[in-house]
Amino acid sequence: MQILLFFLCIGSALSAQKRTITGRVTDVKDGSPLAGVSVQPKGDLKNGTVTNSDGSFTLSVGPNVKFLTFSIIGYGSEDHALGSGPMLIALSQGTSNLNEIVVIGYGTARKKDLTGAVTVVDEKQFQKGTITTPEQMIAGKVPGVSIISNSGEPGAGSTIRIRGGSSLSANNNPLIVVDGVPLNNDVLKGQNSVIPGAGSALSFINPNDIESFTVLKDASATAIYGARAAAGVIIITTKKGGSGRVKFSLTSANSVSTLIKQVPVLSAAQFRSVVDANATAAQIATMGSASTSWQDQIFQTAFGTNDNLSISGGIKKLPYRISVGYQDQNGILKTDYLKKTSAALTLSPVLFDNHLKIDVHLLGALESTRFGNNAAIGAATSFDPTQPVYSKSARFGGYWEYLDPTTATGLKALVTRNPLGLLEEHYNTSSPKRSIGNIQLDYKFHWLQDLHANVNAGYDVSDGQGHTRTTDSAAETYVANAPGNGENNPYKLTNTNTVFEAYLSYAKDLPRIKSHVDILGGYSFNNYLTTLYNYAQYYANGVMIPSTTPAAPSDKQEHTLISYFGRANFSYNERYLLTATLRDDGSSRFAPQNRWALFPSAALAWNIKNESFLTNVDAVSQLKLRLGYGLTGQQDGIGNYDYLAYYSLSDSSAAYIFGDNVYQGYRPAGFYSARRWEQTATSNAGLDYGFLNNRIYGSIDVYYKKTTNLLNNVTQPAGSNFSAYIVANVGSMTNQGIEFNLGFQPIRSKDLTWDVAFNVTYNKNKITNLTVIPNDTAYPGLPGGTIAGGIGGGTAEISAVGGPKNTFYLYRQVYNAGGQPIEGVFVDKNNDGDINQSDLYKSKPADPQTFLGFTTNVTWRRLNAGFVLRSSLGMYDYNNIWSQTGNLNQIKGNPALYNASANYLTTHFRGVNAQNLLSDYYISNASFLRMDNIYIGYNFGALQHTRTNLRITAGVQNVFVITKYKGLDPEIGAGTDNGLGNPGIDNNLYPRPRVFNLGLNLDF
Amino acid sequence: MNIKIFAAITALSMLMAACTKDLNRQPSDAITAADVYSTPLGYNQAMAKVYAAFANTGNVGGTGSADLPSQIIADEGNSDFLRLYFNLQELTTDEAAWSWESDAGIQGLHEMSWSSNNAIIDGLYYRSFFQITLCNDFIAHSTDAALAGKGFSSATVDTIKAYRAEARFLRAYQYWVLMDLFGNPPYVDETMAIGTFIPKQISRADLFKYVESELIGAADSGLIAPHQNQLGRADQAAAWALLARLYLNAQVYTGTARYTDAITYCNKIIAAGYSLHKDYSTLMLADNRNNTDENIFDIEYDGKYIQNYGGTTYLIHGPAAIPDSVSGCNGSWSGLRMTQDFISKFPDPSGATDHRAEFWTTGQTVDMTSLYTSTAGLSTFKYRDVTSTGAKDPDQDPAGNYSSIYFPLFRFGEIYLDYAEAVVRGGSGGDANTALGYINALRGRAYGDSGTYTINASQLTLPFILDERGREMYYECCRRTDLIRFGEFTTGTYLWAWKGGVLGGTAVDDKYNLFPIPTTDLSANPNLKQNPGY
Repeated sequence: MQILLFFLCIGSALSAQKRTITGRVTDVKDGSPLAGVSVQPKGDLKNGTVTNSDGSFTLSVGPNVKFLTFSIIGYGSEDHALGSGPMLIALSQGTSNLNEIVVIGYGTARKKDLTGAVTVVDEKQFQKGTITTPEQMIAGKVPGVSIISNSGEPGAGSTIRIRGGSSLSANNNPLIVVDGVPLNNDVLKGQNSVIPGAGSALSFINPNDIESFTVLKDASATAIYGARAAAGVIIITTKKGGSGRVKFSLTSANSVSTLIKQVPVLSAAQFRSVVDANATAAQIATMGSASTSWQDQIFQTAFGTNDNLSISGGIKKLPYRISVGYQDQNGILKTDYLKKTSAALTLSPVLFDNHLKIDVHLLGALESTRFGNNAAIGAATSFDPTQPVYSKSARFGGYWEYLDPTTATGLKALVTRNPLGLLEEHYNTSSPKRSIGNIQLDYKFHWLQDLHANVNAGYDVSDGQGHTRTTDSAAETYVANAPGNGENNPYKLTNTNTVFEAYLSYAKDLPRIKSHVDILGGYSFNNYLTTLYNYAQYYANGVMIPSTTPAAPSDKQEHTLISYFGRANFSYNERYLLTATLRDDGSSRFAPQNRWALFPSAALAWNIKNESFLTNVDAVSQLKLRLGYGLTGQQDGIGNYDYLAYYSLSDSSAAYIFGDNVYQGYRPAGFYSARRWEQTATSNAGLDYGFLNNRIYGSIDVYYKKTTNLLNNVTQPAGSNFSAYIVANVGSMTNQGIEFNLGFQPIRSKDLTWDVAFNVTYNKNKITNLTVIPNDTAYPGLPGGTIAGGIGGGTAEISAVGGPKNTFYLYRQVYNAGGQPIEGVFVDKNNDGDINQSDLYKSKPADPQTFLGFTTNVTWRRLNAGFVLRSSLGMYDYNNIWSQTGNLNQIKGNPALYNASANYLTTHFRGVNAQNLLSDYYISNASFLRMDNIYIGYNFGALQHTRTNLRITAGVQNVFVITKYKGLDPEIGAGTDNGLGNPGIDNNLYPRPRVFNLGLNLDF
Repeated sequence: MNIKIFAAITALSMLMAACTKDLNRQPSDAITAADVYSTPLGYNQAMAKVYAAFANTGNVGGTGSADLPSQIIADEGNSDFLRLYFNLQELTTDEAAWSWESDAGIQGLHEMSWSSNNAIIDGLYYRSFFQITLCNDFIAHSTDAALAGKGFSSATVDTIKAYRAEARFLRAYQYWVLMDLFGNPPYVDETMAIGTFIPKQISRADLFKYVESELIGAADSGLIAPHQNQLGRADQAAAWALLARLYLNAQVYTGTARYTDAITYCNKIIAAGYSLHKDYSTLMLADNRNNTDENIFDIEYDGKYIQNYGGTTYLIHGPAAIPDSVSGCNGSWSGLRMTQDFISKFPDPSGATDHRAEFWTTGQTVDMTSLYTSTAGLSTFKYRDVTSTGAKDPDQDPAGNYSSIYFPLFRFGEIYLDYAEAVVRGGSGGDANTALGYINALRGRAYGDSGTYTINASQLTLPFILDERGREMYYECCRRTDLIRFGEFTTGTYLWAWKGGVLGGTAVDDKYNLFPIPTTDLSANPNLKQNPGY
């Protein structure tokens, strides 16, 4: 605050004579008003306004201004000379957008001045339909960016990877900055979200409030965010108000979600015949007479509604926008729902004769969620299909269960419970909240107009709380002879994150040397405080379960980042551009001697189009070469304090007794004070091109990223530390790839336009070292890809030197002459007569190498339609449902009869050999082509005699998937767990539904 | 004008620099060593963890906040000391097999074909070292110098000194375990600061000397006299009992027999007033913490305060097919069974003659026709979570998961066996008649002092002693060590079902007398050399 006052006190209000320019911008095609067009004095990026809903604008300009630049994404940019009267400007769609302003780190830039790999996706390009988390709107739209939803659950988060991520065990989630507030993306291990009780932390941001996403990919673009930019940066900009008349926009969408496909299991008849032929008489006698499809029982057709109202306009010099949204989305798993109420407010006043621009953003949301018990999904695939859903008794909620009169509870031990009972008797309900807000002041010094001071103060607070409750008759938690049954366990976690940033920027045209300079220097302070509350456990009746009192009522985790940063841009003659950035970051997560690190970058761009030999070549509308290099850092995904030695007290249920005294024990934690920043060096070369008046445009980038000092969870020599594994800086890894992006407008006429956009990314990941002693051949690699089956589980993947991370590591299956796998027979790699770990081989990668996205849109008069296709190639999935349940042992080798995967009918595996789980038979090519979205919309235009504009849209999401993979869905996110997660392991995924939606939009 | 800009920047920078102290963040729920070791309570609590690390798997009852990283053992319930130790000492022998082939590390144990990358072997190794680092930490913080100036009362100082001796004993115990299982482990002690060094490997013979001197040192200076310490804490008799075991196996560890020394320490324990608890079937029950006549040193388990899925919880749930009404817990895990070769060492499996034959036969076949079938082979209900009156365990958790049975790491019955064996093997300081009397006393208890249980002097042979040790000490984690001492572990002298992976049993490579050093430690510690053959 002191700083703010400091700026406000400087200078006095004086300025030269100014003129006020008014005008209106329309679409050349149909004369409809264009809102949101940026209007700026030519060459002066620091001034300007945007048009309001009827296309009108008012701008005060200095005496020297001769031209105004009009720009908007999708229409491009045009310069127009100032006239005497109001300016009436008609823009045409699809032309060059090089002058368009894009949001970059700490400021904005004209697209044509960019030297880094930056992609902007705005509202017009967003994926359409029922979207509960904003990142899904840009899936398939940005080369180099993979966005995979983690499940079909409403509000489920996504795994976002920019250029494959740069880290192995630390965090590969990109830094997300919302209107200048960097969010905490460091999901605690074992949690699904930064905010418990919420499927995803980003779900609190209403997609309808978002204006654009800017994706910063190479180091020259991201290095200004040094500390946390190694995995890339996504800047989310929310919508702002305009000027003039108040404008209302009402959207309402309703959707129906349906299950596309069930996991193939034996039908009741098939099950009966397999059991009759193979099981013991005692087992056969346990079969029932029903014929139940358990998957039919647990899934439903789900409805959703999403209503949004926004009010925007300007009161004098106070542009504002207020929006409220309500979403009610049911999951296709019964009992599952997400209800969300959100609100957003932005104010962008300009004070002191345009010298002080203020931006205030506030957004918040309340969610009310019931998470369907995902355990029911696995239970439904294995529950005996000959048993009925309901018993005739009221016991266990009336659900049929496996009983055993010899046990105290009357329930059979160690068997799956009724899938529908697992859902209906289980209430994991939560009411998380989040608010993100900031105030940003941009002050243009009165005595030096080229100098700006910018101060940004913001917060991100959230409160994730809920209960996991089961009823007192739920079989899942049934206890005999206890003071109670069921459970009622509260949970709560709060995040209080604050950011304060200030920078000075100076921009100057130097016409005598045909140059422009732009320098910036600043400071950033980010604090992240997470408080995890610990509670005792309770029975459903509220009685505390004995010995569950936690050792501490809460655990506060806090970390702080402090940074100094600077950036210089220099351009010469509109042809040569140079950007250099430097950032010095300090993180509280490292010991003082390793705390600070410098992250520099430099980039050059050559605007070839502006060279004399091309200026008159009409076929080429733009051509720019970019070269960049930079370093970025990583400190997420590691402990906040474990560079220092500390002790924590055990719970009273893990105590020890000396005589009559019960003592909780102090355990020292492993610590490692030598830990340093993980660093990623990125080289990038790119070419931006546009031909035929930019009817064909796009870019191509090649990059090479090398990460060193990998934050890697490695073994410590036994006895040398309190923990056998510690995150240390061991190893290195590279990612190299090509991104290609092509936009094309085959038809451009008054009535009909057809746009096509295509992008492809190829990324190759390779681990180059993982051990303290480099390339220790005795070290096989870092295991990953946890699979279910057996007890204690195993892993099916390895990240080893020389190959990509998450490579399947399995036994090579032997097949008979008929092509059938022979059970338990594997290739003896080392010919020692035994099949053991040394016979595992590095097989296919779980992560795709190639991603493609294809978007097309056709507009014919008032009708528009389009679709989005997305594809990943070169990835493999491990079918854990087949391997775990596709055998006879699954059916008859458990305490009760279980249903098996239909794969059993193919293999007839008996399932007696545990090594079968590690057969490469279970991996298959999971390359796919998915139509994410298809839509059609009609714009009725202004309704009779009113200013009310009506549009309706209809669409389908998740339309089809073409793949050879035989499981439910080839696309498996890496999960939200930090580090390796379980990419490519297909096991009881919450199915992604097909969604039909119908929406209407009223503007008035 | 430029001066003003610089002035502004300078002012701003100074303000910002003041904030860098915010980079010093401290955990809220945890404290430093200086805090822990500043109060008598802190010492009690630090010592509690030194002991609890034997019993628990982590800092939360059941599972949660595991001591060992999941990379070593994915299933926390498998990561406590006793379950791991039991698996290595018993599953590798005629006494036990486990049904769940796909449990991490199980494959290869009973078949004696384990590799240097086995979750159970790795787990025990890292569990032992975890306990050793805790002992080292306590010992380093309880030196006279460390205690000086803290203002503790002399009673407190005495307690801490006793704790320190106990920590030395517990560390020596773990080094003995490592010496017995791995031969030549790395060596660390309290003088080496955490995170600053790479341990060196110690030879089995040198480690023998170290363990011996530590046990004698702890027993002679600091450990409390037998029966005088608080229940749950080690006393001199615990150190003597380990010394007796150490000397009995000295031939294996060092190539030099020390049977006379074994007898010396057996005699010390016998003189300390221990006796056989009256009824064998009450040795391993929920109230066996009261068996202070027989039990020398226990690992504690408690349904309320010391909960986990290993320990004696494993030993009540693990055996196949035992009904809840017998085991006293909520359901069998259908895992542990015994080979017919072991069962045949009893005159009859019903327990009618030798009551130690506590075998469950219903639904089980005597022959272990299949290694990984839960009904193949009899199981035992030696461990039952009920009291000696047959009542429900009063400390049991409501769900009936956790056991309250203490596990005697040393009990007096073994001392009689150690004594007799050392005498028969030629040790001096004891005599054959006394030895015979001790063995007949054990057998008398086993037979309820009825029937023909006594043996004569000519029957007291080494093979008889090995079988008697099996009958008396089965499921008490002695079997592998015993079979090695008698040369029957890897050789063809004694075969049991599925030894070497074949139904009839077969001899295996002698390398299996030692477990391999985990490959994870070999990659982390360049000072280590693998045991021969692996």
